Amino acid sequence: MSDWGMQKAALAERLAAGDQHAKGKMVPIANLPAFLKAVIRSGDRVCLEGDNQKQADILASALANLDPRDVHDLHMVQSGVVLPSHLDIFDKGIARRLDFSYSGPQSARIARMLFGRKIELGAVHTYLELFARYFIDLTPNVALIAAVSADKDGNLYTGPNTEDTPTVVEATSYKNGLVVAQVTEIVDKVPRVDIPGDLVHFVVEAGRPFYVEPLFTRDPAAITETQILTAMLAIKGIYAPYGVRRLNHGIGFNTAAIELLLPTYGERLGLKGKICTHFALNPHPTIIPAIESGWVDQIHCFGSEVGMEDYVAARSDVFFTGPDGSLRSNRAFCQTAGLYACDMFIGSTLQIDLDGHSSTVTTSRIAGFGGAPNMGSDPRGRRHPSEPWLKAGAEADPDSNAALRRGRKLVVQIGETFGERKAPLFVERLDALDLARELKLDLAPVMVYSDDVTHIVTEEGIANLLMCRSKDEREQAIRGVAGYTDIGRARDAKLVEQLRQRGVIQRPEDLDIDPLDADRSLLAARSIKDLMLASGGLYRPPSRFRNW
Amino acid sequence: MEKLSFRLTAPRCAGGTRTQAIVGVVASGNLEVLLERASPADMCTIDIATAAHGFGAVWDAVVRDFVARRSAGGLRISINDGGARPDTVALRLAQGVRKIEEPER
Repeated sequence: MSDWGMQKAALAERLAAGDQHAKGKMVPIANLPAFLKAVIRSGDRVCLEGDNQKQADILASALANLDPRDVHDLHMVQSGVVLPSHLDIFDKGIARRLDFSYSGPQSARIARMLFGRKIELGAVHTYLELFARYFIDLTPNVALIAAVSADKDGNLYTGPNTEDTPTVVEATSYKNGLVVAQVTEIVDKVPRVDIPGDLVHFVVEAGRPFYVEPLFTRDPAAITETQILTAMLAIKGIYAPYGVRRLNHGIGFNTAAIELLLPTYGERLGLKGKICTHFALNPHPTIIPAIESGWVDQIHCFGSEVGMEDYVAARSDVFFTGPDGSLRSNRAFCQTAGLYACDMFIGSTLQIDLDGHSSTVTTSRIAGFGGAPNMGSDPRGRRHPSEPWLKAGAEADPDSNAALRRGRKLVVQIGETFGERKAPLFVERLDALDLARELKLDLAPVMVYSDDVTHIVTEEGIANLLMCRSKDEREQAIRGVAGYTDIGRARDAKLVEQLRQRGVIQRPEDLDIDPLDADRSLLAARSIKDLMLASGGLYRPPSRFRNW
Repeated sequence: MEKLSFRLTAPRCAGGTRTQAIVGVVASGNLEVLLERASPADMCTIDIATAAHGFGAVWDAVVRDFVARRSAGGLRISINDGGARPDTVALRLAQGVRKIEEPER
């Protein structure tokens, strides 16, 4: 057998083809179209770095401008489908197959293209699941990535938005794939080495920063009193009794409200130091007042957030930062932390059915999952105990031998009974099922499965699904917090009252929550400007959030 | 504008001594609730003027739950609604009965 080393030989061919258009590792931006045509082969598996926030936008446009007669049938394996160019690649026939995780800003177009058979869908993954497949059966032949700066040897500095880059490069470069980076600028010495240069084959100086999306900025001015009531319910009815110290928050307004109630309502309840001390969390601006008032010990981040850079750098006691001072984020590690080292996930969704399955898919929008199903699931490989985990496990299975009983992660779905444009949160049947039938998918895209969710919180109350002992009880517990939606109004009032007597359902009045407290004056910050002031001027909100 | 009226038996009488209280504002998606002590102690009357037509059954469910769950006896409640969602209506009503039982400030 003398054919070993074929992948190394193929890489050498690509490198030689690329060298024709480069000076050392540096590809002049004018040569980019000819360079990409030379190094990418039809049928390649390509990771075009589209993270949750950071985008290799110059490389994406250049890829979309290739001639499909030269390059076609690409298989794109990228976590985020975020930019229009990510889908132009499919519209033009350059790429055919797609495996991805998240498609928020392109959710409507990706749905149309799937229905129009413009995209052959592999699967919609969670982040950690797609990253895992990079190392098993979806290893990229070519990775097109983004960083802040590079030196002449190709050492890369990512700045605070490291995100997916180390994972993508690890999988590609060590398996004989080609790594091409776009950087804002070439420098003599990078501020810190996030990616070692010997893993990076070519670098393109873009001359301007990569595109980055402020995804996690929630303006406190838009938080409603119903959201404040729901947040009070979560704090007093779940965070406090379970003593949840290690957790992940979703990115909606409900969890933003919780963050802004910690220094006020949480303080009044005497919960400081007892809840919310350790987070797997993006640097949400709304967490600033809690950090400043000493609530939070430590936060590990998936990515960064636009405008939070200086604040994070100045709070290295809380955040993970590099020798250059700036945030070091890492999506794969943070997702792992959210899965195994957190006792609670709490986030919002668009639809919940009567079993408790939840989905963010509607028939006209496919937003993907991102990390929610990973963090919003019970990790069966967990072995270390903690008070909330053990308590939840005992509630689910009170009669078994405690020393042999698995704990349970708290997986909480929170939201108002009616969402945007008065769409009901609770439905008989998830739109995801119709989508799966239409697209002939084996699996409906469910974000959090019914057997993982432990609590549902709405303004009407908390349903503790761990304490439900039958399918019927579970259905009535869900109906019992579904408010005045059709699902809520069709409840069996007598059974719901029995569930309430057993503490399976808890209402604001059962928890001594005063509706008069559901007032915006209870928020520790009531505007973006308040957040900036709370940070001592270190938080610099993007212009679209400045109205002063 | 649609007008709805309810006259319901109330299991618990409103607390406090204030003669009236007002919560909320008339705005799109919001509502103003005026509560006055002007009904027999075991009754609650609710008059609604709403900008959204055809939601009588939801109003019926919201006000019945409210009177059953909260202390609303003796109150005449007038609602001026700007098309609020039912969860907002339920919250305002709950805030109203809490406010009328608060001491005057």
